Amino acid sequence: MSATVAERRIAVAAHRKNSLHRQRQWALYGSYAALAVFVFMFLVPPFYTLMTSLKSSAEISAQTGSPWLVKHPTLENFWYLITYPNFQRYYMNSVIVTILTVSVSMVISVLAAFSLSRMGFWGSQLLSTGVFLTYLVPPSLLFIPLFQIIGSLGLINNFWCLVLLYPTLAVPFCTWIMIGYFSSIPKELDEAALIDGAGYLQMLWKIFIPVAMPGIIAATIFAFTVSWGAFLYPLAYLYTSNQMVLTVGIISDLIRGDVFQWGKIMAACLLASLPPIVIYAFLMDYYVAGLTAGATKG
Amino acid sequence: MAEVSVRKVVKEYDGGVQAVKGIDLDIADHEFVVLVGPSGCGKSTTLRMIAGLEEITSGEIWIDGDVVNDVPPRDRDIAMVFQNYALYPHMSVFDNMAFGLKLRKFPKDEIKRRVDEAARILDIVPLLDRKPRALSGGQRQRVAMGRAIVRNPKVFLFDEPLSNLDAKLRVQMRTEIKKVHQTVRTTTVYVTHDQIEAMTLADRVVVMNHGVIEQVGTPNDLYHHPATRFVAGFIGSPAMNFMPCRVQDGANGGLDVRVSDSIIVPIPPARVDRYGKFKGKNMVLGLRPEHLFEYHEQGKPGWSRVEMLVDVVEPMGMETMVHYFVDGAPICARVDPATHAAPGEMMPLTADLNQMHLMEPDTGKVV
Repeated sequence: MSATVAERRIAVAAHRKNSLHRQRQWALYGSYAALAVFVFMFLVPPFYTLMTSLKSSAEISAQTGSPWLVKHPTLENFWYLITYPNFQRYYMNSVIVTILTVSVSMVISVLAAFSLSRMGFWGSQLLSTGVFLTYLVPPSLLFIPLFQIIGSLGLINNFWCLVLLYPTLAVPFCTWIMIGYFSSIPKELDEAALIDGAGYLQMLWKIFIPVAMPGIIAATIFAFTVSWGAFLYPLAYLYTSNQMVLTVGIISDLIRGDVFQWGKIMAACLLASLPPIVIYAFLMDYYVAGLTAGATKG
Repeated sequence: MAEVSVRKVVKEYDGGVQAVKGIDLDIADHEFVVLVGPSGCGKSTTLRMIAGLEEITSGEIWIDGDVVNDVPPRDRDIAMVFQNYALYPHMSVFDNMAFGLKLRKFPKDEIKRRVDEAARILDIVPLLDRKPRALSGGQRQRVAMGRAIVRNPKVFLFDEPLSNLDAKLRVQMRTEIKKVHQTVRTTTVYVTHDQIEAMTLADRVVVMNHGVIEQVGTPNDLYHHPATRFVAGFIGSPAMNFMPCRVQDGANGGLDVRVSDSIIVPIPPARVDRYGKFKGKNMVLGLRPEHLFEYHEQGKPGWSRVEMLVDVVEPMGMETMVHYFVDGAPICARVDPATHAAPGEMMPLTADLNQMHLMEPDTGKVV
């Protein structure tokens, strides 16, 4: 009698184990399927860009065979761009604007986030929310009033205007990210630093910035992306080749009337994507989550 | 090293909540004072006000003869050890300990000498190159103490430093802290909610409750002569038994304490005068579990036999805790493990009334 009960219990346990195993397997298959769709959707456009950039203008216009395959691969589009003075100028302008934008945005964001999250002054909560709300205003609403401001500063058709404008896009979100990171640092760390003899700036420089490095890197990547990829403002405010940055330079130079130089456009896109890829790969190595481990109990 | 004085200090938060209600406390040079009390009693707030991490609503705090109400923490020459260590995670143990000295522009040789010496005292020399994340809880707490020691401050402040450690490590670190204090002799204010920590570490214990100081005294004072029912119940483990009772006439002109119909015990003659004026009044009898033990045929003066119905028996190896209910009040006795005790049975016990406390039920004052 008792043996039968025991056998039944074992059978029930085995059944449960099997069903759990099966559920996990289905979850795994589901994850793979979702990831496959995701990877397909995101990798197809760059693949198409690469294939087109390796084709000659004749092969592109011939419209025979599969557009996904290259019959006679060539680097002529890349070589053309690398040796093209205008493209070099766009690249250099983009690099200058981006470095300055990222630097200015990060200095402002880190200082703002530190004061808003740690100094606890009257109205700091309201200001924090206000900073984030400014990020919700779309740039397309702002570019006309900003045109007047930039015009009054005499910076129309001058890429330095972008160094002024991009931080208005980057600072609110970077500040928001940094407020989150700084808030996650235990309060006792400030107090320990205060008792050890640090002032607020020393505390920021020696404790908060190193500890919040993952957050700073995330914010830097965001500011970089905003600056490198922005299209609307340079399109609105820059109109001569010597002032243009990559995003507008490519379309204004490689599209002449109704003639699209697809091979060169695609090659330019790939060349323009290089710095973000390199920077992401480089910074991701340092993006080590859980740097605060060991600071406090946990 | 310095004296610390807290004079009529009040801390009131926004909304009118008073965390500390005008306390006075004088801490002597080299003294180890422990602030103890339940959560929300104001002990940590008091410590943080001494540290300068909380502003004082009114009153004065003196350190080494100076009022420090408006002095920032870094200029108070104090060091603090936090409950959750608060080590700088990106710095090595050496850099953590040296941070305060570097900020104060100490020469490199001096920094190294001090850190090495503190590391030797705390037995963390092999850990100096490690980052905090590579340390165990106990090691992290030692580093936090090391960071305080190297500064050679006027006052050490400890804010529940052992609360995050497991029970075994807590006992070990408690001894370490005591040893460190015996070595460096710096004036220390230590906050804990653990009365055993308070009793074992302190030169003097300050018991706080609801933002006021209930009693200040040596551990022995608090144990043997509690001023209030709160202190009597807070100090000692297991807690003191409290039984509603009535003082009444006893044999030979003496006095009895009547706890229930079956428990009427004589008050020792030495205390008759003290308790005489409470004759006929309802009071509360306080008796620690260690003063309620197995029955001995040959008793001593002041020992009385009582019988209680056993509710729960908790053998602990070196002793056994036996729990009873008397007229709804839970009672605990600490008996010899060889004593027979079974739930549901009446058990004879000895009550050592030489150690009894009598309290007023409304004020809680020990009379």
